This record gives sequence, C-alpha cells and structure tokens, in this order.
Amino acid sequence: MRLLPWYAAAVFVFLHLPLLVLAVFSFNESRFTVWEGWSLRWYRAAFGDAQLIEATWNSLLIGAAATALATAAGTLCAYGLWKRASRWISTSLSLSLVTPEIVMGIALLAFFQWVFRYLGVRLGMHTVILAHLMFCLAYVVIVVLARLRTMDRTLEEAAQDLGATEWQAFWRVTLPALVPGIGAAALLAFTISFDDYVITSLVAGVDSETLPMVLYAMARRGANPVVNAISTLIVFGLGLLIVAAERMRET
Amino acid sequence: MNRVRAWCLAPTAGVLATLFLIPLAILLGYALLTRGAYGGAFPPWTFENWQRLADPLYLGILGRSVAVALVSTAICLVLGFPLALFIARAGRRKHLYLYLVILPFWTSFLVRTYAWMFLLRDTGLINEALLALGLIEEPLPLLYNYGAVILGLVYGYLPFMVLPLYATLERLDPALLEAAADLGARPWQTLRRVVAPLSMPGIRAGSLLVFIPCLGAYLTPDLLGGGKTILVGTLIQNQFTNARDWPFGAALSLGVMAVVMALLMGLIRRQDEGVL
Amino acid sequence: MGNVLELNRLTKHFREQVALESLDLTIPEGEFFSLLGPSGCGKTTTLRLIAGFEEPTEGEVWLRGRRLNGLRPYERNVSTVFQSYALFPHLTARENIEFGLRHRAGGWRADAPQRVRAVMEMLQIADKAERKPAQLSGGEKQRVALARSLVVEPDVLLLDEPLSALDPNLRKQVRAELKALQRRVGITFLFITHDQEEALSLSDRIAVLNAGRLEQVGTPQDLYLRPKTRFAAGFLGPVNWINGVGVRPEATRVMHERPSEEVRALPATVENAVFLGNCIHVEARLATGEQVVAEVSRLNGTFRHGEQVHVWWREADELAL
Repeated sequence: MRLLPWYAAAVFVFLHLPLLVLAVFSFNESRFTVWEGWSLRWYRAAFGDAQLIEATWNSLLIGAAATALATAAGTLCAYGLWKRASRWISTSLSLSLVTPEIVMGIALLAFFQWVFRYLGVRLGMHTVILAHLMFCLAYVVIVVLARLRTMDRTLEEAAQDLGATEWQAFWRVTLPALVPGIGAAALLAFTISFDDYVITSLVAGVDSETLPMVLYAMARRGANPVVNAISTLIVFGLGLLIVAAERMRET
Repeated sequence: MNRVRAWCLAPTAGVLATLFLIPLAILLGYALLTRGAYGGAFPPWTFENWQRLADPLYLGILGRSVAVALVSTAICLVLGFPLALFIARAGRRKHLYLYLVILPFWTSFLVRTYAWMFLLRDTGLINEALLALGLIEEPLPLLYNYGAVILGLVYGYLPFMVLPLYATLERLDPALLEAAADLGARPWQTLRRVVAPLSMPGIRAGSLLVFIPCLGAYLTPDLLGGGKTILVGTLIQNQFTNARDWPFGAALSLGVMAVVMALLMGLIRRQDEGVL
Repeated sequence: MGNVLELNRLTKHFREQVALESLDLTIPEGEFFSLLGPSGCGKTTTLRLIAGFEEPTEGEVWLRGRRLNGLRPYERNVSTVFQSYALFPHLTARENIEFGLRHRAGGWRADAPQRVRAVMEMLQIADKAERKPAQLSGGEKQRVALARSLVVEPDVLLLDEPLSALDPNLRKQVRAELKALQRRVGITFLFITHDQEEALSLSDRIAVLNAGRLEQVGTPQDLYLRPKTRFAAGFLGPVNWINGVGVRPEATRVMHERPSEEVRALPATVENAVFLGNCIHVEARLATGEQVVAEVSRLNGTFRHGEQVHVWWREADELAL
C-alpha cells in the first residue's frame, strides 16, 4: 500500500513520457535519433508541405461539419431520451460505441458502395462527414445526457406552469443550462473526428484525404521527423483546446 | 410532450437507421453472397463464407486476436487498478490526476501509436541509447512483433480501464477499508475480500471497454506489428482491399461483432449501469 | 481487576491544527466508559488513535500492558463499531460477522461457527443471517455491526456514536439493550457520544472533552453534580448562572411568598411559564437582568407572565466549580 504512489507515478510516466520525448525530438536538428541541437526545420518542412496543409484543411472542415451535425442531433436526442427513455435508440447507440472501428468502417463502405450502385453517389468529403457524424453521435448523447441527469426536471414544469410552451421551456430554460455539457460534447466529437484514421481511410474519396491519412502513410514509410513535428502540433493544439474549454466551463 | 420528444429523437433515429443499422444489414447480406472479381458481392446466395471462418488458418488468427486482446486487457487491469485506487484516494488532488489520465485520451490515438514507433524501431530512441551506452552490439528487434502490438494497445486503451475503475473505487466508503483492517484483515486480504469484490462493476466495464477495441484493432497491429502480425482487424481490412473478397470480409466482421455481443450479454449486469 | 486501556499524554496534530492535546486516561477492565463532547472536541480522534487508523503525534496507547504505537489496525485487539456501521455490502450478515474470525490472528478455529451463531442469537439476528446489509433495517444493521465486533472478543470495544444513525424512538430502546449487553459480555466498552443523556444513562464513567483537551473524568453523578469547569457543567445539562454560582433548573425553586432565611433567594419577574404535564417550566428574570430557568412541580402553584415571585435554592445544590 505504501508503494501505491510510486506505482501510480510510474504509470503516469508511462502515459506521458513517450509523447514528451516525441515532442522534444521534433525540435532536433538531425534527421536521425541523435541529438544535434534545437531546430525548427521540421516544422518549416511541415508547413511547406502542400499535401499536409490540404489534408489539415480537410480534417478541420470534416471535423467542423461532423461536430456541428452530431452535436445538434445528439443534443436533441439526449433531451428526448431524458424526457422518456427509448430502448431501441439507447441500444443502437451503445452498440455503435462497442462496434470495432474496422467493422463500422466496412459496413459504411458497403453501404456507400451499395447506394452508389443505385443512386450514383461517390465516395468523398460528404461520405466522410456522414461516417464521422455516425460515430460521434453516441459520444455526444452520453455527455449531454449525463449533464441533463444532474438537472432538476421541475424547472421545465415551472416554466410551463408560468405559461411557456414546451419548446419555449426547452429553448429558454433547459438549453441555456445545458451549454457547458453541449460544449464538452462538441469538443469530444471534434477530437474523435479529427483523429480518426480507420473508418475515414475506408470511406474517403480521392478529394478527401485527411491529416491522419497523410500522417499514417508517412509513418508507415518509416523514420520521418516531420511526423514528429506534426504530432507535436496536434497534441499541443488539442491540448490547448481542451484546457481552454475547461477554463470556459469553470467561469 | 410526446410530439416534442418524437421530433427530438427523429434526427438520431434517422442517422442510426441509415448509417448504422442498414449498413450492418447490408453487411449481413454481403456475407451470404459470392465475391466478384473486382470486389463487391453478387448472387448466388451461399453459406460458404461462414464455413470458411472454421478454417484452421482463420480460426488461428481469430484465436490469436482474442489472446492479444486478453493479454492487453489483463495488463491494463494490472496497471490501471492501482492507479485508479491511488487517484480515488488522492483527496483534493484527484481531479488533477484524473486530468493526467484523460489528457492523452483526448489527444490523437494515431500520434500516441506513432510515438512508440519512434521509440521502438531499430533506429529508435531506445535502441540508439542502448547502442550508445555500449549495452548492445546491434539494435534489438523491439518493433514489429506481438509484444509491440500489446504495448501499443495497452498504451492506447489504459484510460478506458482507469476511468470506470476510478468511478467505482471513488464511491467505495473508506470506513469499509478501516472496518476490514479493524477486523484483522491485512492490506492484501482487504484488497481481495473487500475492495476487489466491490469494484467488480468497474472491473467488468473497464475490461469490456479495453477488450472490445483491442479485439478489432487495426491501426496498432498495422503500425507496431508490421506485416508479421496478422490479427483479425488486419484480415478484415485485407478482404476489402488487396484480397477483394467482400463477402468473406463481411462474414469476418460479423463474426467479430458476434464475439463482442456475446461478451456484452455475458458480462454486463444490471448494477453496471451508470459505470459504463 | 487491572486497567485494560491506558492513554499516556496522547496528542494528535493535523498540520497546524490541534485535534487532541496530551490526553491521560486509564480505563479498568469491564468498564462502560464514555467520551463525551461536542463535535471537533477530539473524541473521534481518540478512538481512531486507539484503533490505529491514525498515529499519534506524541504520547502512547497501552492495551493490557502492550504498547500499541506503530501497530497497524489489524495488529490491535480492539474492535470498532462504526457510526455508519461500515458493513460490507457484498457479504451477508453472517459473512460480515465471520469476517473478523477469518482474518484475525488465531484464524478460523473449530468453534467459529458456534461462536457466530451464539452472538447472532444473543443479538436476535439469527433469522437475518443470510441477508445482505441493504435488506436490513437500521436497527438490524446496528446489531450486525455489534455482533461483528463482539465475536472477535476484543479487549476493548470502540463504539463511534453507534446510536446516532437510529431514529429517536429506537434510540432509547437500543440504549437500554446496549447497557444490558455490556454487562452480559463483560467486555470493556469505550463509547463516543455528543449526547449527554446517552453518556449519563449508559456509563460507569465519563470523560468530557473540549477543544482537544480533557475537562473532567468521573462517574455520571460526579460530572452532573460536581462539575469542575463551567464547560463540563453546561455540557452535561442546563445551568442557571446566578452571580457566578451555578444551579441546575430542577434545583431552582420559584414561589410567590417570601422563602425562609435558611435558603438563598432573589426576587424575580415571571417571563414565561409552560405547563409540561409533570412539571412547569418557568422562565424568570432577576433584578440583575439574569434569566433563570426553573422546573417546578405543578403542586407548587401556577405562574403567570409578569408576576412578581421569589427564586430560591439550597446552598447544597450549588455547583461548586
């Protein structure tokens, strides 16, 4: 029992040291894993890579669209479930959470191919956005529902008692109180969307290569300090986003 | 009231139906069809794809995937349980520690996997350091084996284990631990007879949350295992790319789903609700 | 019989805060001893130091001539009945009671099942043996907690406000049973409470604690009738402070006519008189402005707001601090 803090410290080191080392070496002058001094050359290389920049824009665009759609649908859904549970929706959402990514990717690919055959729809940005909407949805519902469960149901009844319609009660009373939960849900949805490789790579078309796809291809080819630099940027970017969101939630 | 609720649920219901349930149904259809020369699935209807699942080659891969997922889950439990216990008992600083666990989970899974490539490869940091220290003559083969895959999976999914464990341990009344000691139980006995049984909901939830993605993992085996480690995720992906055998890939996918469903039904208890 | 428990200059500081300051106590074998005081007085800290949940900053705990300092809770032959009972929710009542027998030194002896049965019968919970704590009432939970601690035959049984979680009706009944139980098993009880009525009715001796310091130790009569400090006097029951002299309300009399010269008396005005059935609760104000409360027999007449009366008492009933 006295060893517990040391054990915990060791696990924390295991969780954080690899990313820290990666970040430090992204500033290495050398192409190899030998320290030759501080340098920003890999960051310059990353920003100079047109393919990377385009993929980043794609990722941001897909992330923004999928987040907006998933947050809107998921928030409404959570509200509906809070009013009264729906077994089949809850079950389907949970099932979507535990479906291995590769299976969901394959299923979506099969679906899009099938639709393509009959309706002439091609793979592209829109199919990626729809896929991301799908796998972000359950996360949004869970986060918003958790927030709703801490809320007092009688508030809406009080609003209606004072003459508000159901929609007015939702818009004027419940929704404002939900904003922090919705913000957290949107953030989670965005990070999941921004990070996804497996499903995206299956349903993406030629015009919709995302950042993880480019990174993945670079990483698979082997040593590349540019990947270190981009990785560091992603970790710090998302980290900042989360800290900022946390701050916003506190105030 | 019901009309408002119906409008609220409609968008999600629509998305779930068209982008989840129908695709799964199509997958089921594919699994009963015959492969086309350039992918796709065509009549005649057949059970051949399912029979192929029983092939020792594929059964072996499925068995190996289950084994890798089991080992990863066990390691996550061994690493995560003491950590969750520590955080649950950390008093005022527990939120900071919790944050430290969640933070890597919020950052990119791909980047976290890549970090281990960077450390483990032949010219990676660990090998370079050992070479420089003169401890080894030539690089150790750290990457591209099952050990590396398991390491990557543990690293990736450890937070999934810690969070539900923390949720149950945090609710554990400290007086129960004192009562156990008071009645003569040594720390180890308290852990075994009181803490472990009372944290079973968290252990079950955490194990499922780790085991399921590990079983279907594609990215980690591909990056850290290279071509030498074929697990079921890679096998499925292969059917839709190189092998162009969609019906068999669909059958494999549904086979994995069946394992997942069986686990869920077998392991989830009513008391686990709220933890998961 | 000798002393079973000795506390020697026992001191506990939490960071800068003093929880307990140099407490000396000796408790003889078989005594029902209470630690009485308001919350934060150090009584729970004392119990936790004896049980081994906390280590003292200074001072010593001796149990049957053995120094307990540094021993873990599972190495000490004391047993605690927790305020919340702390029953293991995943074990049945019987398994909870067996827990200590399975883990304590000496282990699971051949007579263990018999001892478990005996203690359950003594506490009248034999028919609840296979129930989980969630299926037990508050009173039953308390009995299981008592049984769990008694069955290991501790040198001292530590009870941390065990009646406070019960509803008031049950509390008086359980109080009587607890006293009878202690007489029957003969184990030394160290009882923690903030309720002076509980302490007075149960204890052989009481220690009054205030702000981490011992105010007084003594029998219930000692403490009630001969308190040494104003705090002890006030904590054990209401007191009228008249010119610096303390008189309990039941020793304070009120009458319309002038009392004899042998007693102490002061004129006063009735401010309120409440008929309580067995007595009349009279609040009167003295000429000095001090308020006096008296519990007067209804046979002594009736009193009305604004009446001029005489408040009197015997010198022997004054609390000599």
